[in-house]
Amino acid sequence: MSLVRFSLALAAMLLAACNGPVQETTLENGLKIVVREDHRAPVVVSQIWYKVGPSDEPDGLTGISHVLEHMMFKGTAVHQNGEFSRVIAENGGRENAFTGIDYTAYFQQLEKSRLAIAFELEADRMRNLVLDEKEFAKELRVVMEERRLRTDDQPEALAYERFMATAFTAHPYKNPIIGWMRDLEKLTVQDLRTWYRRWYAPNNATLVVVGDVDARAVIALARQHFGPIPAHTLEPARAPQEPAQTGTRRSRISAPAQVPSLLMGFHAPALSTRSDDWEPYALMVLNGVLDGGGSARFERELVRKQQIAAGVDIGYSPTARYPVLFFMQATPSHGRTPAELEAAIRAQIRRVQEEPVAPEELARVKAQVAASNVFTRDSAFYQAMQMGMLETVGLDWRLLDRSVERVRAVTAAQVQTVAKKYLTESNLTVTLLDPQPGKAKPRAPAPLGGGHVR
Amino acid sequence: MFVNPVTCTRRRLLLGAALLLTTFTALASPKIEHWTLANGARVYFVEARNLPMVTLNVVFDAGSARDPQPRSGLSMMTNHLLDHGSGDLDADAIATTFEGLGVEYASSNDRDMAGVSLKSLTDRALLDPALDLFARVLAAPSFPAVSIERERQRALLGLKQAEASAANVAAKAFFAQLYKGHPYALPTDGSVAGLKALTRNDLTAFHARHYVGRNAVLALIGDINLREAKSIAERVLGSLPAGDAAPPLPRVADVAPRGRIEQVLAHPSTQTHLMIGESGMTRNDPDYFPLYLGNFVLGGSGLVSRLSQEVREKRSLSYSVYSYFMPLREPGPFLLGLQTKNSQRAEALAVVRRVLKEFTENGPTPEELAAAKKNVTGGFPLRIDSNKKISEYLTVIGFYGLPLTYLDDFIPRIEAVTAGQIRDAFRRRVHPEHMLTVVVGGGGE
Repeated sequence: MSLVRFSLALAAMLLAACNGPVQETTLENGLKIVVREDHRAPVVVSQIWYKVGPSDEPDGLTGISHVLEHMMFKGTAVHQNGEFSRVIAENGGRENAFTGIDYTAYFQQLEKSRLAIAFELEADRMRNLVLDEKEFAKELRVVMEERRLRTDDQPEALAYERFMATAFTAHPYKNPIIGWMRDLEKLTVQDLRTWYRRWYAPNNATLVVVGDVDARAVIALARQHFGPIPAHTLEPARAPQEPAQTGTRRSRISAPAQVPSLLMGFHAPALSTRSDDWEPYALMVLNGVLDGGGSARFERELVRKQQIAAGVDIGYSPTARYPVLFFMQATPSHGRTPAELEAAIRAQIRRVQEEPVAPEELARVKAQVAASNVFTRDSAFYQAMQMGMLETVGLDWRLLDRSVERVRAVTAAQVQTVAKKYLTESNLTVTLLDPQPGKAKPRAPAPLGGGHVR
Repeated sequence: MFVNPVTCTRRRLLLGAALLLTTFTALASPKIEHWTLANGARVYFVEARNLPMVTLNVVFDAGSARDPQPRSGLSMMTNHLLDHGSGDLDADAIATTFEGLGVEYASSNDRDMAGVSLKSLTDRALLDPALDLFARVLAAPSFPAVSIERERQRALLGLKQAEASAANVAAKAFFAQLYKGHPYALPTDGSVAGLKALTRNDLTAFHARHYVGRNAVLALIGDINLREAKSIAERVLGSLPAGDAAPPLPRVADVAPRGRIEQVLAHPSTQTHLMIGESGMTRNDPDYFPLYLGNFVLGGSGLVSRLSQEVREKRSLSYSVYSYFMPLREPGPFLLGLQTKNSQRAEALAVVRRVLKEFTENGPTPEELAAAKKNVTGGFPLRIDSNKKISEYLTVIGFYGLPLTYLDDFIPRIEAVTAGQIRDAFRRRVHPEHMLTVVVGGGGE
């Protein structure tokens, strides 16, 4: 299809869809395209997001989405193993990929005139990947090293893994993104081929481009490269639903470390597209009231005043396909026990349930959210990432800009309401990292040819 | 400390990329304005009109290399405690003011520098009070006794926590051994003995000596004009006493150990962390460009580097393998590293040593050199595509006294590097037979 014909055909659609600096469209094969023009620097970032991740993985196949992500660099019928990275590198580009709980995503950052190179390679591997058995066996060993590096040798990562497996009993959020080592050991190249054929299709993907580009030209270019790829009948995964929790759950994990750590979490809602759905925004504000910097309650009360915590952080990431956790990760200060810290955190929770937060606290959180929305725009990559994630979990990229108003609208009463509704005893999971300091002491070192210092 | 549950990436971001100031071309370099305040503080400013925000990054020649050995941790604690009190304001009041204005305040230190940064919207109702408080914590911190004790305990706990990480243990052992007798041997986060020994007098004296005009550099970028930038610089740093610039550091060449050293530390990790290296180059090194570009081929270009090809792609020995020069005021380390399961460590070490030896002897192939140049020059615009990145470059240019034309000169200088220059520089500067090797792990066996 020629460029001119395309432009005429699409003009009306684009005008209708155009809202501020972003243009979006969906190709006939189902590929969703979102382009944001950002003319601050002569660069462009391209990201393709597939709606497949660990939350689609059945038990026994955990980690398969992430292993496939690695294999996507191992060659197609057209481009041999390693060529993808080499071509992007020779064009001054940076490229990588990441797997989150609900998605698998690939990106390239380039000088703006070289976007076509990224599209050509990315479109090719959407359907033409060669999953070679020998390369698979090799790459699986790399992924196992990655698991050792990121999880097995990191006490706090191990504790988080145990925590998720305690808080979720049926839903796949109970499984780690990188997969259980036992599952990785059993994975076959045939499993990967099936997974790839099932999920990698234009109608299961979103292309996000941000940079110093003409949005219409980008859409035309995307149509040229991705347009010919046929749509594929998708067979959605049916993730088991998490049954309602009916009582506090506790777990502990021993690991070679010297400092204990505590995780406490509550099942909480994810964002939705409903315009009357204020709860996630109220939980974001609650997050800010408790843990939004040095003046927030955890830092002020638990770290500085009571000196019972060396650190407390809240995790709440509601951009997700299924309900998530609102959780705290805390380290007791020297000489204080995890039990004392847990009691102190519970007291802080009771306080937000019993009395409304002060107007100054609410104003502070809102000022931070408004400022940080501007600061975030300093990174084209991060903007693309936020839009891609919103689209991929079934939301709308427009939430990116709307979230500031939604947070501004939250009242003290709403913060109190969500604290009472979700931060309850029967909804709580607690995991303790029980350090085994004995093991961390140096033992007789194994010889390494050269021996000791000399 | 926060456990990040969000993503697993295919590979670690390049360590070297964050540490090396790299490429620019003439066509897109930002225009840098530079001036000096009456007290000697040097200011570097870039006007960036596209976002309504301002970023200030103030650095002092007051990194951990300025710690007296028995007070290791003094630089870090002084820097960290700046916003814990000033006059009648305590830590609560300072945090409440900054955060109520929506600004982001942060502090950090490395071996050479100690810095504080402020990010604010340009709305004067927010920016003006933020600047006043920022100036106050820089010039007149009160170092309250209660904060010192609490933060000392937190820092000590942090050291304990870090012992669970083989990577951290390896890096500390590497610097301690490589720079034995030089201040670069001291850890940036302090030692147990040093932190325990610190007194309030140490902090106030360190601040009075080092947080002065002649020892300061301000990198400023944002939605303001030159006149406003001058007024902001004066407002933030103008009240600092001139003081004296810090004296030169001891020369690394006078203390660096020669000869092959292997240090093996047991650790209960399932992987062994390997670090191999020696002292490398300075920020102003005459061999900077050949060494930078040569290392890019060897282990500085991610999965396409020689080390990645041999260690990861061909043999699946490691998820992350890298090499980099960390240029500092005095020669920072040249370092190669990887992690592998304990049973493979001897094999991995042999492969890394072989690749290094081969590269040092023969340098890059013509194809490798051409590809590296294409990457470094073609990717130039990505290196200055945000206020944050430009601010980091301004800081390094200012702190190390690089020429203001540094960015414009970079691409021609990369283009001019030949394979012969790389070979020559590596043969003179890299000594595979005389390197320090640190091995941490093996506890599971």
